[in-house]
Amino acid sequence: MTRRNDPIEALIALMARLPGLGPRSARRVVLYLIRKRAQVLRPLAEAMMAVSESARECLNCGNVGTSDICEICEDTRRANGILCVVEEVSDLWAMERAGVFKGRYHVLGGTLSALEGVGPEDLRIPGLINRLETEEITEVILALNATIDGQTTAHYIADQLPGQVTVTTLAQGVPIGGELDYLDDGTISAALNARKTF
Amino acid sequence: MHLTSLSLSHFRSHKRVRLNVDPRPVAIFGANGAGKTNLIEAVSLFSPGRGLRRASAADMARRPEALGWKIAGSVQSADGAHEIAFTSEAGAARQVKIDDKAASQVALGKLCRVVWLIPAMDRLWIEGAEGRRRFLDRAVLSFFPDHAQAVLDYEKAMRERNRLLKEQVRDAHWYTALETQMARAGALIHANRVATVARLSEAQKATETRFPVASLELTQTEGAIPETEKDLREAFAESRFRDIAAGRTLVGPHRADLYGVFSAKGVPASDCSTGEQKALLISLILANARALAQDLGAPPIVLLDEVAAHLDARRRAALYDEICALGAQAWMTGTGPELFAELGDRAQRIEVCEEGLESLVVQGTNTH
Repeated sequence: MTRRNDPIEALIALMARLPGLGPRSARRVVLYLIRKRAQVLRPLAEAMMAVSESARECLNCGNVGTSDICEICEDTRRANGILCVVEEVSDLWAMERAGVFKGRYHVLGGTLSALEGVGPEDLRIPGLINRLETEEITEVILALNATIDGQTTAHYIADQLPGQVTVTTLAQGVPIGGELDYLDDGTISAALNARKTF
Repeated sequence: MHLTSLSLSHFRSHKRVRLNVDPRPVAIFGANGAGKTNLIEAVSLFSPGRGLRRASAADMARRPEALGWKIAGSVQSADGAHEIAFTSEAGAARQVKIDDKAASQVALGKLCRVVWLIPAMDRLWIEGAEGRRRFLDRAVLSFFPDHAQAVLDYEKAMRERNRLLKEQVRDAHWYTALETQMARAGALIHANRVATVARLSEAQKATETRFPVASLELTQTEGAIPETEKDLREAFAESRFRDIAAGRTLVGPHRADLYGVFSAKGVPASDCSTGEQKALLISLILANARALAQDLGAPPIVLLDEVAAHLDARRRAALYDEICALGAQAWMTGTGPELFAELGDRAQRIEVCEEGLESLVVQGTNTH
């Protein structure tokens, strides 16, 4: 079945490299696309071509968009002085899905890790410090992962922010719709420590 | 807690073993190299970590086949009976299953407590601090299963910091960020150790024992130990310059040491006779087991490898009496059955012998 230079095989091989897909599911996807050539395959190919030509990182915040400055950074209504720092674009998108945050973002593109050779200059930390002044930021929300690397990065950034900027982090505790019985001990104790008046 | 059954498959020298045991101590005897310690190593894996030899899963496979191995056992703990199984396929890390469900090491640690004394600890008081730290941390882990996470967090942040030191990075903010993390985990590690030393001391004094009491103290090679998160943060910051020169972190809980004194004589454990040093360790293991029994409502499993051989008949009888009083399922090894004579029918007996390249386990029937 594996013939060299077969475009279908080549497509399956590429599909199998996508996150969440393996060779088996790649074959299924490709077969589906071939069957739905007009409805899905062609529009998909065109959409991919369009994205491959226009997708770029926002020069300001690191979000992925189709122009040099992303929509969020362009939107003057979001210049409310609050900046949310996240590790990856996927984190930004997660925050946006919630639709609650009305400020702007700053995507670091990873976390500090000496062992993996990621230093401050590899993350958008100098850019972040710049933005504080140019965008008159009054609060920085450190929405980084609760891992050692995430927290190290959070401390690193907090340590360099000028005193007049309020630094906050996301709360840790019981997820909405969550049952206590399923929580690990660390989360329960964090939730208990951060309890609030009912 | 105690095991009610234990089965091994292709584990070390044992091709296939199936034992049914009762809550009494287990006396295991057989010639050198027969596979006695392998048997209790299997039991040691019922507590989190790499077992009493600190071996990798690949090393535990039976030679020469080097297939995967499996250990399974039924455990009777304070909250009921559980089936626990460990498997390792073709040298891969071992997988834990509790009642047929994949489980974490922390979950295992909350369910099972196993403490042990092995001949490698004979030089504990005279060797480097690392062994004593490990001995202490095993005791800590038996009281505080979450200690493992604090140690992992601390070591992760320290490895990061050590890399900065080696590469002579001068970014003070980066150091501060890592040191903040190290201080948080480090303070917890220290507090757990202090609490454990207190528990051990208390438990030694609370019971009439014929073993010498060891008074314990946490120390470090130089200066006062930074105890709180703030102390630790300051100590790391202060030490940076020296640490860069050394290329590693020179202060913190990873440098702590356990100082033991033979209380009645006021002599440091390191200056005691070989026999006395052993007796002090036995005293600590028994204290650990007694304190756990108090906390959990049931004594832990105790593993004593080649302990009987080092004790005279009087001390041996005392040890057996104390184990029986504690009610612990103590798995003990020795070369011959006569070493366990003083136990009478208070223990069950297992003989291990070597046949070809295989260990053969014979369960005694004369004790029921």
